[in-house]
Amino acid sequence: MSLSKDEMAAVVARDIPRGAYVNLGIGQPTLIADHFEPGSGVVLHTENGMLNMGRAAQGPEIDPDLTNAGKVPVTELPGSSYFHHADSFAMMRGGHLDVCVLGAFQVSAGGDLANWHTGAPDAIPAVGGAMDLAIGAKQVFVMMTLFAKDGSPKLVPECTYPLTGMGCVDRVYTDLATFALGADGVRVLETFGTTVDDISARLDVPLRRA
Amino acid sequence: MTAAHCADPDEAVAGIADGSTVLVGGFGMAGMPVQLIDALIRQGARDLTVVSNNAGNGDTGLAALLAERRVRKVICSFPRQSDSWVFDGLYRAGEIELEVVPQGNLAERLRAAGAGIGAFFCPTGAGTPLAEGKETRTIAGRTHVLEMPIHGDVALIGAHRSDRMGNLVYRKTARNFGPVMATAAALTVAQVHDVVEIGRIDPEHVVTPSIYVDRVVAVGSEQ
Repeated sequence: MSLSKDEMAAVVARDIPRGAYVNLGIGQPTLIADHFEPGSGVVLHTENGMLNMGRAAQGPEIDPDLTNAGKVPVTELPGSSYFHHADSFAMMRGGHLDVCVLGAFQVSAGGDLANWHTGAPDAIPAVGGAMDLAIGAKQVFVMMTLFAKDGSPKLVPECTYPLTGMGCVDRVYTDLATFALGADGVRVLETFGTTVDDISARLDVPLRRA
Repeated sequence: MTAAHCADPDEAVAGIADGSTVLVGGFGMAGMPVQLIDALIRQGARDLTVVSNNAGNGDTGLAALLAERRVRKVICSFPRQSDSWVFDGLYRAGEIELEVVPQGNLAERLRAAGAGIGAFFCPTGAGTPLAEGKETRTIAGRTHVLEMPIHGDVALIGAHRSDRMGNLVYRKTARNFGPVMATAAALTVAQVHDVVEIGRIDPEHVVTPSIYVDRVVAVGSEQ
């Protein structure tokens, strides 16, 4: 069986080191926060100016002055801190974050990331912090389905969508397999309900076995 | 000169000229100076360039200013949101210009303007459409893109509290762009929930020192 979104999130969470400073992108990556082990010590960064962000706020906890990057009300934890936007992005751009996890439309075998714009002429472009995260975090993980709804692969020889960053992706976590990207090409670390041969047959990217 | 205290938001936005570049604080609605924007709508300045992270949410604040057709151009990182229908409609009708800037570049270009930095090189956006036409340089083996500062004629920001001098403190993630925008504009106007006497804000807690703040108006509680 291929993995559900929650199961993918659990796989990513397992690979994030204890005590890491981590930014989880808007959308599916936010699910990862539910899968850290108690006492993991992982500190979540949110681009709008906070470290050690807590879970989503409920009922009376909701405070319009305290939201995450998706503008969802969240909570603070003991040891949280607040800072302005230039400091927040210095944390990304200055290489201080250990890991960021982003969604993607496409990732190339060389680690190029496309996740901000489909290039459709009527689409309104919106980039947010994706380009800063892509070039700044020590490790960039992507979490996505391996195939688009139309069946086309999202791990590709070269991205056809406009790029977010060049050669920046280290790991790709998908519903069918986990891949490590590096100088030696694309290595399959793990498969879920399928085989390397089956995946190879559906991708235009040469795969190495772990 | 320490900050002037204005009786109301209308006094706080007086004199903003047509064609101004207006820096508008806030990330979504957190930290957005809604009362100052409402006053700017009444004040009447048009042909504005607005610099803000988003391009308006719902029908209030920045979205209301856009709906009044007072904005010629928006410079922002993330215009498209579930509730950005005002901007979306204007953009699709070709009635507003858009410059999309990576959020870190937006913050740092504002910071550079406030700090007297003429320009800076950064790897963000290298090899992407947002770096097209920009000067690049390879530094330590990595492509960097030249980014220019963004100077505002006016900054409209929301803070939590001011003292009589104009020293500001913020609350939680409503801080966001306020402190950097306050440094980057010729005229910085802050709306705050309350104004306290000098000495009532611990100097160790001041986030935006008064030198950056020109006008302050108290607008009462947030809700």
